[in-house]
Amino acid sequence: MPALEVAEKLTILADAAKYDASCSSSGVKKRDSRDGKGIGSTLGGGGICHAYAPDGRCISLLKVLLTNSCIFDCHYCINRKSSNVRRARFTAKEVVDLTLDFYRRNYIEGLFLSSGIIRTPDYTMEQIVEVARSLREDHDFRGYIHLKTIPDADPELVAAAGRHADRVSINVELPTASGLQRLAPEKSQSRIEGAMGTMRSAIEDGADARKRFRSAPSFAPAGQSTQMIVGADAATDRDIVSRAASLYEKFDLKRVYYSAFSPIPDASTVLPLRRPPLMREHRLYQSDWLIRFYQYSPQEVSAAADAATGMLPLDIDPKLAWALQFRDRFPIDVNRAPREMLLRIPGLGIKAVDAIVAARRWRTLRMEDVARMTVSVKKLRPFIVTADWRPTALLDRADLRPLVTPRATQLELFAA
Amino acid sequence: MRVVRLDAEDDFDGWRIAARSLASEGVAPADVVWQIGDRMVDLFAAEAASNKGGLAASASPLRVSRQFIELARDAALHSEPERFSLLYVLLLRLLDQPEALQDRADPLIRRIEGFARNVRRDSHKMHAFVRFRELKDDVGPRFVAWFEPEHHILRANAGFFVDRFTNMRWSILTPRGTLHWDGAVLAEGPPATRADAPGGDPVEDVWKAYYSAIFNPARVMPQAMLKEMPRKYWKNMPETALVPQLIAGARKRELAMIEQARTAPPVGAGQGKGRSGPEALVLLAEEATGCQRCPLWKPATQTVFGEGPHDAEIMIVGEQPGDQEDLAGRAFVGPAGAVFDRALTQAGIDRKRAYVTNAVKHFKFEQRGKRRIHARPNTGEIEACRWWVDQERAIVRPRLVIAMGATAARSLTGRSVTIGKERGRAVSLPDGTPCWITVHPSYLLRLPAEADSDAEFARYVADLRSAAQSLAPMA
Repeated sequence: MPALEVAEKLTILADAAKYDASCSSSGVKKRDSRDGKGIGSTLGGGGICHAYAPDGRCISLLKVLLTNSCIFDCHYCINRKSSNVRRARFTAKEVVDLTLDFYRRNYIEGLFLSSGIIRTPDYTMEQIVEVARSLREDHDFRGYIHLKTIPDADPELVAAAGRHADRVSINVELPTASGLQRLAPEKSQSRIEGAMGTMRSAIEDGADARKRFRSAPSFAPAGQSTQMIVGADAATDRDIVSRAASLYEKFDLKRVYYSAFSPIPDASTVLPLRRPPLMREHRLYQSDWLIRFYQYSPQEVSAAADAATGMLPLDIDPKLAWALQFRDRFPIDVNRAPREMLLRIPGLGIKAVDAIVAARRWRTLRMEDVARMTVSVKKLRPFIVTADWRPTALLDRADLRPLVTPRATQLELFAA
Repeated sequence: MRVVRLDAEDDFDGWRIAARSLASEGVAPADVVWQIGDRMVDLFAAEAASNKGGLAASASPLRVSRQFIELARDAALHSEPERFSLLYVLLLRLLDQPEALQDRADPLIRRIEGFARNVRRDSHKMHAFVRFRELKDDVGPRFVAWFEPEHHILRANAGFFVDRFTNMRWSILTPRGTLHWDGAVLAEGPPATRADAPGGDPVEDVWKAYYSAIFNPARVMPQAMLKEMPRKYWKNMPETALVPQLIAGARKRELAMIEQARTAPPVGAGQGKGRSGPEALVLLAEEATGCQRCPLWKPATQTVFGEGPHDAEIMIVGEQPGDQEDLAGRAFVGPAGAVFDRALTQAGIDRKRAYVTNAVKHFKFEQRGKRRIHARPNTGEIEACRWWVDQERAIVRPRLVIAMGATAARSLTGRSVTIGKERGRAVSLPDGTPCWITVHPSYLLRLPAEADSDAEFARYVADLRSAAQSLAPMA
């Protein structure tokens, strides 16, 4: 292969990495470079998105593959062995230099490195670890590092990855075992889950050691995450929600990412040619939020799905769908209801709920008060009671759904 | 009238000292004028200088919550000229009623919280959107950025950049002031202009290459992008120049991707070229054996999947397996299957060369005594099962589809079809494949006694024949 310029390789290897939805730089402790020799810092809590692509996704990290050559033949993957895609490979040093060049110009929070499997899983994992080691040890880089680990690699190498990285992840790839068997014949759900289980113990041991000895090395302090592809196998939204819930529980995941399957160049014929609606991915993320932040159980989210098809509605969000499904729980009195019930009101976010809880100790809330604390009260009206408002018949109307369904609008981007 | 002179737009400490003494003297908000630097705000400004010292000296121990100080520290950086007097109004109220800050529905608190929120967002966007460009001087590399914050946040965010780029020499130039870090000491300078900043950096081209490559053209969502990266920041971010062309070219790039997939060499032909069609169908059928996409799997015996060659030219779709099909696990083997076979023969279609399947893969029935009576699948069940029909079509890629009965027509076209009106001719499916509609063979078994069953059968055969013949000119 003729030597490619770095920018050209980057085009190939970033293009190949874009199907990974995760780009988060959150979940780490605050650190800085004031006592160091290099550069880099992380905020406690949330990360920073340094740019947004026209697909609406956040660009926080330099997300690349070390190489897009692969000995596996997973059908949904653009880098599979049988694909015609152009191949390229970075050296470890090239990735290190690129990361530092981008970081110095404040383009990124750090690096998200993954790779196709070349030669053996161990060899590939070694290369990935070498990039992280060089950044941390040779350059004292204190920005964010997310490494994708390979389920079949030597546990020693995976442990080394955990010592250098803030976050590690292993993709479960598909929501169902049968889908994985059909589309990724060389992978197995039990091996993937085995590796995630080992990772969970390692992260917990690391955190435990840090509690007892301040000098203990940190191990993936931002935890582990995973990703599954939506729309390539037969799983319904209900299946996906319950699978995600069990993954969160079994492996103490920080996040489950969803990636709507997109038709990829030189796609294998086993795959659907049509992409699932992007809205489906969005609704799944919303249901994820309901479980993680709004105290819904996975069963409750599933109840918002259509009984026959198991799919969440696309035209309304799952919280509204749940409310329409369980109208007997409404209207909710904003002056009296407990916080967990306020969280169920469609159109009220966590901040608005907290503001209401704080404000109602001070005054009896009227509609105009609620209006000041929320983006729009229009959506709330059928579901709440205030000192001066009660939605008589509204909740019983058969045509409530069209009344509260948002009208689809497209923002015009290049209007003058 | 009292005039307070603050040192700078972001002089929160000056405000704090002055506000404390004004409050302890009980000065009403209406009697205070806040002034920044030497900028005269009104005729009484002459008193300013003498006032400041006096105020600071008489500071007395007034207590307010830490929450208020944090809120005010952010809100004071807002570009709203009234911010200092509004904060003073709020301070007086809190001295009187310390808990009033919790009243989040109060208009004044809401407004000041809004200031603080805007300032925090502006700071966050500064952390995100500052772009350094590299310069070389005698000492070595130096990184310079031009940024235009909306509020008075420059100094408040110096710490962030020092923490992050400690071992780098850098400057941030803004229209409100400048910051310079030499690796050890932070210095402030006067406002700058864009012309003072470097015009480019070779690494920007690499960054732009990355920005284009990481964008997925199959998912264009400009509104999501604009929400987090409003246009006002675009002019100082090199990569945003690419956005219009990326969006304009997205559909083309995506179509090219799909087209490439469609025209890929037939699977199995090349060496190691993906999984072959027959194998794909076998795997799909295997996956379908465990299907639970709708509740019909529970009472049924098994999934009845389609059968036929992976490269069939004709795909025939029926309604759902019946009692015998459910037990046998194969489509069209019962009484309706016999009618179907007879009609195919007369229409000149070889069943072995067609791909035959059902819109719904599980048997739906009502139990009546020992008999299982066929029940029609509803739209939800059809919709749930359409996933499989789509997969079968994607693998087989038939040149022609025949939908037998309303269920099959609904599954393929996605709408309700009146068979009587649309039978005997082709409608075009979204991907361009012609779909012919006719009755289901079981319809012929359930004709009322007075109907002319021979004529109905002949019509069914004629529908099948016209469909098959429509392929002939192209073959």
